[in-house]
Amino acid sequence: MRSISMTDENGQALAIVAAPIDEVGATERAQFFTTRSIKKDSKVHALYLAISMCDLTTLEGADTPGRVRQLCEKARHPVPPDIFNEAAKLKDFPPIPSVAAVCVYPAMVSVAVKVLAGSGIHVASVATAFPSGQSPLSTKIDETRYAVAKGADEIDMVINRGAFLSGDYQQVFDEIAAVKEACGTAHLKVILETGELGSLDRVRLASEIAMHAGADFIKTSTGKIQPAATLPVTLVMLQAIADFYHKTGKKIGMKPAGGIRTAKQAIQYLCMVNETLGAEWLTPQLFRFGASSMLNDILRQIFKEATGRYYYDRVFSLD
Amino acid sequence: MASLVSQGERVPKTLKLFIGGEFPRTESGRSFPVYDQDSKKVFAQLCQASRKDFRNAIAASLKACEQWQQRTAYNRAQILYRMAEMTEGHREDMVSVLKSTSGVNAQTAENSIDQVVDAFVYYAGFCDKYSQLSGCVNPVNGPHHAFTTPEPVGCVDCLFDDDMGAAAALPLVASTLASIITSGSVVTALLPTAAAAQIASLGEIFATSDLPKGVVNLLTGNRSELIDHMASHMEVQSVCYVGSDRAVKEKLKTLGAENMKRVVWRELHANAADTNENLRLENILSFVEYKTVWHPVGN
Amino acid sequence: MTTKRAQKKSSPAVTSITQKTRLSGAEAPRFEYAPSVQSSDFVQIEKRNGLFIGGKFVEPKSGRYFATINPATGEKLAEISEASADDVDLAVKTARKAYVNVWSKISAKERGRYLFRIARLIQERSRELAVLETIDNGKPIRESRDVDVPLVAAHFFYHAGWADKLHYAFPGQTIAPLGVVGQVIPWNFPLLMAAWKIAPALACGNTVVLKPAETTSLSVLRLAQIFQEAGLPDGVVNLVTGAGATGSALVGHSDINKVAFTGSTEVGKIIARAVAGTNKRLTLELGGKSAHIIFEDAALDQALEGVINGIYFNQGHVCCAGSRLLLEESIAKDFIDKLKRRLTKLRVGNPLDKNTDIGAINSEGELKKIKKLIQLGCDEGGELYEPKTCKIPEKGYFQRPCFFSNVSSSFTLSRVEIFGPVLTISTFRTPQEAVLKANDTPYGLAAGVWSEKGAKIHKVAGALKAGVVWANTYNKFDPSAPFGGYNESGWGREGGRHGLMAYLDVK
Repeated sequence: MRSISMTDENGQALAIVAAPIDEVGATERAQFFTTRSIKKDSKVHALYLAISMCDLTTLEGADTPGRVRQLCEKARHPVPPDIFNEAAKLKDFPPIPSVAAVCVYPAMVSVAVKVLAGSGIHVASVATAFPSGQSPLSTKIDETRYAVAKGADEIDMVINRGAFLSGDYQQVFDEIAAVKEACGTAHLKVILETGELGSLDRVRLASEIAMHAGADFIKTSTGKIQPAATLPVTLVMLQAIADFYHKTGKKIGMKPAGGIRTAKQAIQYLCMVNETLGAEWLTPQLFRFGASSMLNDILRQIFKEATGRYYYDRVFSLD
Repeated sequence: MASLVSQGERVPKTLKLFIGGEFPRTESGRSFPVYDQDSKKVFAQLCQASRKDFRNAIAASLKACEQWQQRTAYNRAQILYRMAEMTEGHREDMVSVLKSTSGVNAQTAENSIDQVVDAFVYYAGFCDKYSQLSGCVNPVNGPHHAFTTPEPVGCVDCLFDDDMGAAAALPLVASTLASIITSGSVVTALLPTAAAAQIASLGEIFATSDLPKGVVNLLTGNRSELIDHMASHMEVQSVCYVGSDRAVKEKLKTLGAENMKRVVWRELHANAADTNENLRLENILSFVEYKTVWHPVGN
Repeated sequence: MTTKRAQKKSSPAVTSITQKTRLSGAEAPRFEYAPSVQSSDFVQIEKRNGLFIGGKFVEPKSGRYFATINPATGEKLAEISEASADDVDLAVKTARKAYVNVWSKISAKERGRYLFRIARLIQERSRELAVLETIDNGKPIRESRDVDVPLVAAHFFYHAGWADKLHYAFPGQTIAPLGVVGQVIPWNFPLLMAAWKIAPALACGNTVVLKPAETTSLSVLRLAQIFQEAGLPDGVVNLVTGAGATGSALVGHSDINKVAFTGSTEVGKIIARAVAGTNKRLTLELGGKSAHIIFEDAALDQALEGVINGIYFNQGHVCCAGSRLLLEESIAKDFIDKLKRRLTKLRVGNPLDKNTDIGAINSEGELKKIKKLIQLGCDEGGELYEPKTCKIPEKGYFQRPCFFSNVSSSFTLSRVEIFGPVLTISTFRTPQEAVLKANDTPYGLAAGVWSEKGAKIHKVAGALKAGVVWANTYNKFDPSAPFGGYNESGWGREGGRHGLMAYLDVK
């Protein structure tokens, strides 16, 4: 098997195994999870879990403090309280959890931190010249430090795909390690941007490099490139996490991002995590969804399960 | 080999078996005579192969099996063509043996050898074609490349009816053996009595055509004594019967069922010398197994 | 690989997140799948099922019936007719009449139209067929729904197209149907095996008498309803239900031109001897003990799924099951660890539950046979692994998926066909040794090989003595892909152009 010789941040030799992936087999296995039939209590359980794993995201050039504040409110109360109370009159059901984090650009971190203070919701910031990553390392580190200083406790960085695709894996590794250093105690999610890597073999290799370089999470996509998260890509990354865990004992988190829009999809991902890594990964500490539009669909499903009625999106606010 | 028929007084000699590229005598020490049809004198003694000789022949062919299969089709074709060339070199001997032992005239004998040459040339040309004619790519419903190719069935033994005319027997033997080895299989044949006296020439042809040792083994002897062993040997994948006796076919099928032997019956009709029957693609395909290989198509 | 980094920084961030994250309604990191049971009440099952002869369901002349059992519950589902020799005789005569008077008279195009129509009707009634198959056979509904029934329709559809194109399949030769064919099929894929047998037989212009296995007649009888609905002329397909005696009456009937059998090698040999002295054609698809080779340079996670699919698909009741796993020694330990973890995720239980991965063993007798062989494996010194976490229902016939490691070729387990969810594992050192071990069996049905090195795949695939080689995949089936075995795994091929030869006289 191909093994790539590298040097870790302590100057130690490091061999990263480039485990080959058969695309057809991986896709077939991933498709299997779409046939899982999750109903009744299991479905409700999964949907609550999915909300608690959401990273609500706004990453637009047009982001304003107002927009970010509205998103943060949505994060705290995915359902407007009056709507919930109205529905709860029909049938008692558990309160809707808040989401795991809100993800914004560095310039918006302080706005989010302010709104979310005391909520327990994390503030994640993209950094490192998101989404392209085409800036000098010094800029990436400065950006990371800035976001952390403003109060972000999670950093979503992008790998240097230019370096990766030109075969300079050492540079990819070094940048991740450097950003990790700059994160301090903040949690590091490493975005592979799988839609630009071209093959599942490379997804696997990039996952290995990211995990060895210090990623707390590995994440599929920026959301700016198609295809973003897919079941096969996520499966390959989960399997990389499994192998890494069995070799090192370290649990790395996973975040599929982009392209997940429905409650049904969310459940498929959760089944995949459950059967690939086990139930211990089914926590926001170790699994996140980078998805915003999915939230309302989940709510609709929860309300339907609870009340027997179908609800429209706009009932839950469109933020 | 020197001519057996010398001008003057001739000493009948014992013609040996052809096993693993060598010419051993039967381990049983038994022989039987063939006669000169004109003089009614003993023309030669032939080995009466025992079951042990048969087993030795199968052992030799098993050794040759993989090697022969792994030869390229082009190489097999070259060897079969070489067999045709070597037959020309033995033509005189073969004609004279045929004339002496069967009493046919020179023209018939020559014609019979022509057919042997034809068979070797014909099948030489088929070595690198039959898999294209019988294999295929299967358009399966999914991201897989699935193809089916013929592979040699493996170790074949072969027996014939004894009572066919000598002029017809020799081309029939030659074409049957050629079709089997064209498929990449290996063969041990018990020659029909009518062609048994040709064992020396045939053996020489096979021994000097770059054919790996053991790919073709030739026995002479008594069919009723060997048939049970030929039908039931567990390392033989296929038994070929060229003849018209239904009881023989039934016996081969019944005993062969023990290891699910493929029984190939080339039923002989009135005109056994019909070259259309001898030279056919189907004769090769009787000795192949189809293998379907699947592989995913992806990045 | 160095793990210094991982040990050095035991991420304090993780702890902080734990403290901050609150979960409502979903505190425990557990995810149980609630039963999601396929409704089955829409499928009516007759209490008593007749034979299908001459386009009608008829009482057996024998007057005898036997019970068919739902293996998931042990409860009786219905009564099935036991066809006697007289019944078989009637069925064959009916098939002969239909051959002479109808089927050999209509155009090839028309034959094809019937088959197309049957394919469509199967698609339209797919859920009903899947449910029936699952109830009677015990296989998971996910498999009957997603694998068996779609393939059944595909087989009819594929062969429908051949009916008026047979002359292209054998250019330069004359072809003719054989006449009446007698077919005997097993219980592991009742509908699919019926399709494999009936579709090519009809496309090639023959008429059929088919006997399903005695434990699984219901879905095949339902197929007869579809034949009626499709307007297939009476007597073109006849179904005689029953056990071994019915089968031998059919095989031994003097007026059939061909026998096609799928089942055990043991019975295959009996049939081969029974027809040795006749003019009947014979094709056999028999047992297997297929090797599944994993090289160290394989895509291991996909290979793992291949192994799972290879041996645990359909409870391991698959003639081509990859029952002998051969692991390159350098990866054996890691791979076995992976396999163990994977086994704990397999869900054994109610076959009608859409989340069931492994259903019920088809009959009490089969379950006993499997248990006996597992015991034998233990006695011979094999190392048994059975996931203890795997719950199985108290009622019905169930077997946990399991495997034996440290198995040598001399063990009974590595030689006999277990026909259950039992895998044996041994190791090899070189490609040559892998091939040698893989071919060390009298069978030759299928084999699997995993490596990302193309040249090695071709070399090994070529050297394996098996009629089907799945390279970097396993248990793939398609009506266009010839299937069948070398050596004691049978005679002839089913599917594809090659499969047509079994039902035609080609000259």
